[in-house]
Amino acid sequence: VTQAAVKAARLPGDPGVWIFIIADCCAFALFFLLFTIGRIGNPDLYERSRLLLDPTTGLLNTLILLTSSWFMVRAVEGARAGERSAVTRNLALSMAVGAGFGVSKIFEYSHKIGLGITMLTNEFFTYYFIFTGIHFLHFLIGLAVLAVCLAKARQDPLDARYVTWIEASGCYWHMVDLLWIMLFPMLYLLRAV
Amino acid sequence: MTATRAWLLLIAASLTSFALVEGAVLARLVVSAVMLIAAFKVRTVIGHFMELKFQPRPWRIVFEVWTLGVTTIILGGWWITQI
Repeated sequence: VTQAAVKAARLPGDPGVWIFIIADCCAFALFFLLFTIGRIGNPDLYERSRLLLDPTTGLLNTLILLTSSWFMVRAVEGARAGERSAVTRNLALSMAVGAGFGVSKIFEYSHKIGLGITMLTNEFFTYYFIFTGIHFLHFLIGLAVLAVCLAKARQDPLDARYVTWIEASGCYWHMVDLLWIMLFPMLYLLRAV
Repeated sequence: MTATRAWLLLIAASLTSFALVEGAVLARLVVSAVMLIAAFKVRTVIGHFMELKFQPRPWRIVFEVWTLGVTTIILGGWWITQI
């Protein structure tokens, strides 16, 4: 990236959404720290509990969120180019693919509860349900924001204001993605050796 | 290749083979790689999807520090349990 390109660059969305993203990322960093301290204190319990999670589901969720994010990038590019059909098509695809994460998570939670595993089972599952639950809440808010973006794209002009709106929404959606990218290995993959 | 270099290579190869099987080194390397790959994925999402790659340095530094910090917390904490 040239220095001129950096100087010409404009932060996608508005600074407010970035402040929110940084604050949210810091909150999750604290979650990761809490989990890590818990794991250091009782590695055997964390390993036994981790083995009850299905990493394939976690991987599927990662692929879903990454693909949904990619469609979101294309929707933002479409908005910048003023191509309404590209915006609506890619937003709809982003939502449709992203919804798969919600379906998968509901199945996963139902399965755990069916096995008698709840957030009261042990410390690992307390963190598991709280962290993934808060992340799931972020996901639901993100889906709602994308739905608003889609409704606006169908009726409003694709002007600078709309571009700012969809860029900010996109950055939030990508944050949901990147938080999961860290949650997934921490909860599902870091195994005892 | 001189005989000395060949000897060094053979010693290193022997120690590597032993460590991979006996010392759980491979498993630890795999776990470490998993977290480093996650950090790489986070940087890619931030840089390309969130377009921070094209932003002035202060914004990039904030997210580089976050990525380095959380990777260090999670992987460092995991390594502590291995000692």
